[in-house]
Amino acid sequence: MISLYRRRRFFNYFNMTASVLATALGIFVLASILWTLISYGFRGLSLRMLTDMTPPPGSAGGVLNAISGSVVLTALGIAIGAPIGVLAGTYLAEYSERGKIAEATRFINDILLSAPSILIGLFVYEIAVLPTHHFSAWAGAIALALIAIPVIVRTSEDMLRLVPNDLREAATALGAPRWKMIVQVSYRAARAGILTGILLALARIAGETAPLLFTVLNNQFWSSNLDAPMANLPVVIFQFALSPYTDWQQLAWASALLITASILGLNIFVRLTLGKREKRS
Amino acid sequence: MAVAETASARPRLGRIAKPTVGSTTLGDKVFFGLTYSFAAFVLLILAGILLSLVIGSWPAFKELGLGFFTSASWNPVTEKFGAVAPVYGTLVTSLIALLVGVPISLGIVIVLTELAPVWLRRPIGTAIELLAAIPSIIYGMWGLFVFVPFYKAYIQPALGSTLGKVPIVGALFSGPPFGVGMLTAGLILAIMILPFIAAVMRDVFETVPPLLRESAYALGATTWEVVWHVILPYTRTSVVGAVMLGLGRALGETMAVTFVIGNSNEISASLFMPATTISATIANEFTEAVGDVYSSSLIALGLTLFLITFVVLVLAKLMLRQLAGKVR
Repeated sequence: MISLYRRRRFFNYFNMTASVLATALGIFVLASILWTLISYGFRGLSLRMLTDMTPPPGSAGGVLNAISGSVVLTALGIAIGAPIGVLAGTYLAEYSERGKIAEATRFINDILLSAPSILIGLFVYEIAVLPTHHFSAWAGAIALALIAIPVIVRTSEDMLRLVPNDLREAATALGAPRWKMIVQVSYRAARAGILTGILLALARIAGETAPLLFTVLNNQFWSSNLDAPMANLPVVIFQFALSPYTDWQQLAWASALLITASILGLNIFVRLTLGKREKRS
Repeated sequence: MAVAETASARPRLGRIAKPTVGSTTLGDKVFFGLTYSFAAFVLLILAGILLSLVIGSWPAFKELGLGFFTSASWNPVTEKFGAVAPVYGTLVTSLIALLVGVPISLGIVIVLTELAPVWLRRPIGTAIELLAAIPSIIYGMWGLFVFVPFYKAYIQPALGSTLGKVPIVGALFSGPPFGVGMLTAGLILAIMILPFIAAVMRDVFETVPPLLRESAYALGATTWEVVWHVILPYTRTSVVGAVMLGLGRALGETMAVTFVIGNSNEISASLFMPATTISATIANEFTEAVGDVYSSSLIALGLTLFLITFVVLVLAKLMLRQLAGKVR
């Protein structure tokens, strides 16, 4: 009996220690990634980074064109994705709870949430790059929008469902048409939650690289033409990090620090201010 | 107005009545049409992806036939392409990711649900969730510049001199320590899928009725025994679903793998050897592919990846459906 008791206790301690170590490992990796970004990235961080264009190999420069490109692409992606996502989420939450289309949409949406982003890149290449015969910022923005949409659909639906039915009934009882009830009551009540979803989608697409590789490509120069290839941070990081030139690697690390800091900052901001309940993107 | 149709007092997440014909104004029709068409649009995205991949890979299948799936050669010069090597790399790296990532996720979930004091749960949970927010390309850089040197200097020699000496299994852990390779990619993937598995598993664990758990504790079960004999059997299907969800992520992961797998189109028994995955091959070669057959073969690889991940994700969803019924 004693030995059985001892064995059970030992086994328990062993596994619990392993669990704590596993958690420590997870946190250690996060810390290590952040530390690496800070220690490598800080060296490359300079004012020049924000004022100069991406340099040719072997000379110093900045990533101004890539930063502006990333901002434009992400903003466009959200501008396209948010209305579509919110309205689709509205249909799921407000109009059709159990309808066939709603069930199918919900199912497919969850699959799209975890679908490989590189396939979205291939898809957009086929529909937006091949017909026009050139890479363009529009194609990249569409690819990013397609990645943002499932995130926004999911959170919008969840948030709208949390709106108490009493509110809807009150609005309807006052004679409001259904669309007015949704826009003026449901949307208002779920505003913070829907915004959270959009911000999380923004954080998700800001660092996406794979779908941009063959949609916007990259551009060494400043470009504000949405119908032409545009510089963007993720692809610049990819090219520069794997290059043999120290100047380029330096810039890659600094850009990586910049982009990760913005994404994690956005995530933490969402959690602290709006995210009262658990959300997964 | 649609008073009669509006659902009366129901549970919080209850059903909301459908709009009725006749009670709708013009604004209603327009708004309903808008939301309906965008919901249908989400369906069309997936159909569109499938269709475009099939059309795009058509030239490759016409040229290479079904031999595409059985050939291991990948030669742009002679235009002979086969999917075996990238598919093998994809499956092996994802399998490693699961073997390493699932136990770690379970450990984290045990800490988050059973061990950690309540005030510590939120910060730990947030830290783990932030792992999911870090872009894939950052994992790639960290993997190549931080993890690979460490792995090459410590893990690889250690594995080579212990497991590498065991017969049969040894073949998996032999060869020169390149640093990059299938095992490296698998380990990085394990870290990347861990927050996703842990998050779903945590939700799943919370569906276990407290009564079950408390009864087991009252009978004198240890924490481990409660997890292993009560919680896991109760949540079995959903836990497998969570793991499949992680698998779906690992299969399609691109940038991080591209950095650390070595990108060599070969099949080797040793996990130390460089290899490639479907997504890494596409990312590396797509913009440089010349000729219809070459780029079409890459799209055919994409179609293969689509089919594999689709099956895995559908299975995951079906297994998690039980959970959806419980929490929603």
